[in-house]
Amino acid sequence: MNILSVIVQRLGLGILTVLIVSILVFVGTEILPGDVAYAILGQGATPELVANIQERLGLDEPAHLRYLAWLGELLRGDLGTSLTNGAVLNDVIGERIGNTVLLAVVTAAIAVPLSIVLGLVASTRPDSAIDRLISTSTLALISVPDFLIAVLLVSLFAVQLGWLPAIANLNRVDGFLEYARVLALPVAALSFTVMAHMARMTRSAVLNVLTSSPIEMAILKGVPKWRVILVHALPNAIAPIVNVIALNLAYLITGIVVIESMFNFPGVGRLMVEGVTTRDIPLVQAAAMIFCSTYVVLNLAADIISLIANPRVRHPK
Amino acid sequence: MTGNVIDVRNLSVDAIAKRGERTPIVQDISFSVAPGKVVALIGESGSGKTTISLACLGYARPGCAFRGGEILLDGSDVLQLDLVGRQQIRGVDISYVAQSAAASFNSALSINRQVTEIPQIRNLMSRDGATRKAAALYGELDLPSPETIGQRYPHQVSGGQLQRLMAAMAMMCSPKLLILDEPTTALDVTTQIEVLQAFKNLVRENQTSAIYVSHDLAVVAQIADEILVLKDGRMVEYGPTETIITVPRQGYTRQLIAAAHVMPTEVTQRASRGAGAPLLSVNGVLAGYGRQRDVPALRDVSLDVRAAETVGVIGESGSGKSTLGRVVSGLMTPWKGEILLRGQPLAASLKQRTRDELREIQIVFQMADVALNPRHVVAKILGRPLAFYFGADRHAIESRVGELLELVGLDPAFARRFPRELSGGQKQRVNLARALAADPQLIICDEITSALDTVVAEAILDLLVSLQDRLNVAYIFISHDISTIARIADRVAVMRDGEVVEAGPTAEVLRPPHHDYTDLLVRSVPDLKVGWLEAVMEHRRRTGQQAAGN
Amino acid sequence: MVEHAATALREFRRDLTPTATLCLLILSLILLAAILAPFLAPYREGEILTTGSFVSPGEGLLLGSDYLGRDLFSRLFYGLRLTVAVSFMIAILAFLVGCSLGFLAAVLGGRFDMLISRLVDALIAFPAIMLALIVLTALGPSIPVLVVTIAFIDSTRVFRVARALGVDIVVQDYIEAATVRGERFGWLMWHEILPNALVPLAAEFGIRFTYAILFISALSFLGLGVQPPQADLGVLIRENMQGLLYGTFSPIYPALCIAAITVSINLLVDWYLRRNDASSPEDLQ
Repeated sequence: MNILSVIVQRLGLGILTVLIVSILVFVGTEILPGDVAYAILGQGATPELVANIQERLGLDEPAHLRYLAWLGELLRGDLGTSLTNGAVLNDVIGERIGNTVLLAVVTAAIAVPLSIVLGLVASTRPDSAIDRLISTSTLALISVPDFLIAVLLVSLFAVQLGWLPAIANLNRVDGFLEYARVLALPVAALSFTVMAHMARMTRSAVLNVLTSSPIEMAILKGVPKWRVILVHALPNAIAPIVNVIALNLAYLITGIVVIESMFNFPGVGRLMVEGVTTRDIPLVQAAAMIFCSTYVVLNLAADIISLIANPRVRHPK
Repeated sequence: MTGNVIDVRNLSVDAIAKRGERTPIVQDISFSVAPGKVVALIGESGSGKTTISLACLGYARPGCAFRGGEILLDGSDVLQLDLVGRQQIRGVDISYVAQSAAASFNSALSINRQVTEIPQIRNLMSRDGATRKAAALYGELDLPSPETIGQRYPHQVSGGQLQRLMAAMAMMCSPKLLILDEPTTALDVTTQIEVLQAFKNLVRENQTSAIYVSHDLAVVAQIADEILVLKDGRMVEYGPTETIITVPRQGYTRQLIAAAHVMPTEVTQRASRGAGAPLLSVNGVLAGYGRQRDVPALRDVSLDVRAAETVGVIGESGSGKSTLGRVVSGLMTPWKGEILLRGQPLAASLKQRTRDELREIQIVFQMADVALNPRHVVAKILGRPLAFYFGADRHAIESRVGELLELVGLDPAFARRFPRELSGGQKQRVNLARALAADPQLIICDEITSALDTVVAEAILDLLVSLQDRLNVAYIFISHDISTIARIADRVAVMRDGEVVEAGPTAEVLRPPHHDYTDLLVRSVPDLKVGWLEAVMEHRRRTGQQAAGN
Repeated sequence: MVEHAATALREFRRDLTPTATLCLLILSLILLAAILAPFLAPYREGEILTTGSFVSPGEGLLLGSDYLGRDLFSRLFYGLRLTVAVSFMIAILAFLVGCSLGFLAAVLGGRFDMLISRLVDALIAFPAIMLALIVLTALGPSIPVLVVTIAFIDSTRVFRVARALGVDIVVQDYIEAATVRGERFGWLMWHEILPNALVPLAAEFGIRFTYAILFISALSFLGLGVQPPQADLGVLIRENMQGLLYGTFSPIYPALCIAAITVSINLLVDWYLRRNDASSPEDLQ
């Protein structure tokens, strides 16, 4: 099979996945037994309010038509309006998405290279002191919830030492240093967990490659150590490492939701948690679609990269 | 200075468990290789032959460590070299050809990139120079299109070619010593000879010294000047090839020779048994894997098995011989054709066969260790068919399990063991006992001796024969090894590409004149005679025969 | 089976490291504390003892009071009990669903496998928290909803592990030997496949259990999980966050409880799996 056709096939599969995700998001938010409007309003339901909500959610129409309408608007870039305050979601989310992207990108930029280096170091010296140190500390880190790390960091750096703000208020900051001060704690809290997961998976992926026959052969034919690792092992390790990175973006997304709430960070994650609390269905749907599509797209990218790295795909028989 | 290329003196290597306990795996090994000579290390699995050959490169596998002795290369001890020192000699002074080239080539790099790597990084050759030298070696090794084959990736060439490409890689810097670790074991018999001849020419023409590691005495006799026989990590016997194979001094060596020196044409066949109506008939079976029916694994195969006889099915990998066994046992449903048991049609699929039909046809698998559930004790493994087919109660099962174990030559106390507490041969005996528990009319033996060491395999074959004499059970004996088939089968079917190319009584099929392919198979069995290889190759040139899978 | 268990236990004890022993000890203590919480806690769960918020540790109040003046030490017992119970239910439910479907898919193969594997692929394309948030929006937070939702999410992961294990085992010759004997599905499942999958499944159970603890705690911490007046460890952290500003360590204690459980389980699983870990060549070290 031609490599291009393989990639096109994967892209098609990705679009399909996003579609399935959209169905799940839609169905998931509307699987309420009985009437959504009553459930949302709870005890304070008056007939007028119920009618109002039913009209705004378009509940008088059948579900599949509502789904198609919702999907159509999504594709046109219209996220709808909030159920609680009637705000235009494009504005509300647009205002905050930059902050979330900033948080995610800074975290990834720190965590990804660092964890790959840690994983490589550990895997080339299994059972050595440094491997044990890395393995045990990453194990401890993946075991504690990220909000605990956040709590500890806040109590140390914000409360006890007073060096950094406990609340990430991005409205009144300007200048790089200010930004860095505000971002420091959320990014640190996020990086720890993501890094720990990624370093551990990198270690086992690379160890797998290093114990394979081709690597033993390279050693036996006299290739110097650094060259064995860079020229012989790395091309075979790219695909697993890329997959490790993609897989860990799931932890990053979970982390973002928690950490944004914890630090009152003005991002989409906290917005979504607020949406869940107030049961603002359109808001949750929109935020979920943004997070999930990003995740699917990044996974797709990883998939394509590992395809390209595979010599059997690049050089078919 | 001794004038030898390499001197191994009192080498000992330990295995180190995770908890730090050391157990010796190689003890007190001494031998030397003179310039231009080939020394063979021969032994069965666990004899330490690969460990010794890797030690010559200063390499111990993870979990192993050198304990003592010295390995002198040009007078300096390889075992005392530091990491850089070891890297310096590898690939330049000593080079290595691994058992499975298919597994050892790096799939991410082109062949030439790997072959020309060492001379380039050591600044011994320019890139162009290395490429030219590689192409010349490819030509010398009879590889097709030597100028361009190196641009391909490992998955784009065949196993036999990869093995030769790896030899070319080893020869790039014209090493003083070449180590060949079972380089032909993974290949089909007809291909093995061509690769062996290529290696032999390479070594002779370049005046290279070599260490040739193998479990196959007949193969070694074709290429080695001296032979070192190993058992359990210790030296048994060491001397010139001629002496070892003609006047062996040790009992173990004689055992190895007896097991190796079986030529299909010289086997004394058993008196043919099995007469009357066929027990099992396979008629016009067409079968294959996958949904598209364009590449069948069996094309119109027919075969009869009479009661209490042994039908040998021989073929190389991909010949469809194992598929035939699976179709007969019901594990695979044929697309077309029928199977008759005593003249009655047998349902094609397992689910539709009656319990009694299932009982009458049993199968024994090649890999003894994966055919036994590791979580069941032997008593449960043997007891289940008794309960399943005969509804036997606990007491009856207990006594019958003991009988079965004795029948296959094991102590009844083995009933309490788990499979991992058994040796390979013992496991295969338990496998046989499980089949016998069903009191079958026919046992399909799928390569059941192939994974065993020769001496152990011999004993299993003897057991099969004696069981047949006592129980009148029929066998379909599937194998790639024509000598084994010749020893045990009353009648033979030769398979190639899913078809039976020749069939008949063993004596007739194996004696000339026979089908071209049968001839090729018979002639490909290495004979324990010096000079046999040259004679075969000469015959192949005259008749234009070629290996099947190449 | 009995004999095998005995040898396994002997090897288990032989390989036990000090760390692993310590982890086992901690886990037993925690389990005991969770089960016996009503007997061990000095005060009742909701009992208000003082009028002050975040009273420092002292007389009668081993770890001080919480924001409402309740005994934090007692609340820790009940929180631990709730967290362990809920997480355990989640893990069990996830295993029942994930394992049975996973093994079924492995053994039956074909269309059933295709269908359910694709479905799981689609569900795994969801970051778990998104799925949870969506369902919670629709149904509102309650313990049964939480248990079912998280178990559902988790069961997709268990399914993958069980299916992969099953597929590995199903191709073994001993399964083929049983099949060709004419054995039915039930025997294959219970006697041939399951005994060989138990060890890796036990490790996976540990991982799933910690995952459930972390997940439910995170949701409770966000206010989307267990709802007051009930309190699990996550709620305790949330409620007592303000304590940090009063200079107490009140949110740290429940957090440490969570960490103690999850770190112990993870260390145990890691030790267990590493017993058979490969080592890389010395020449690369």
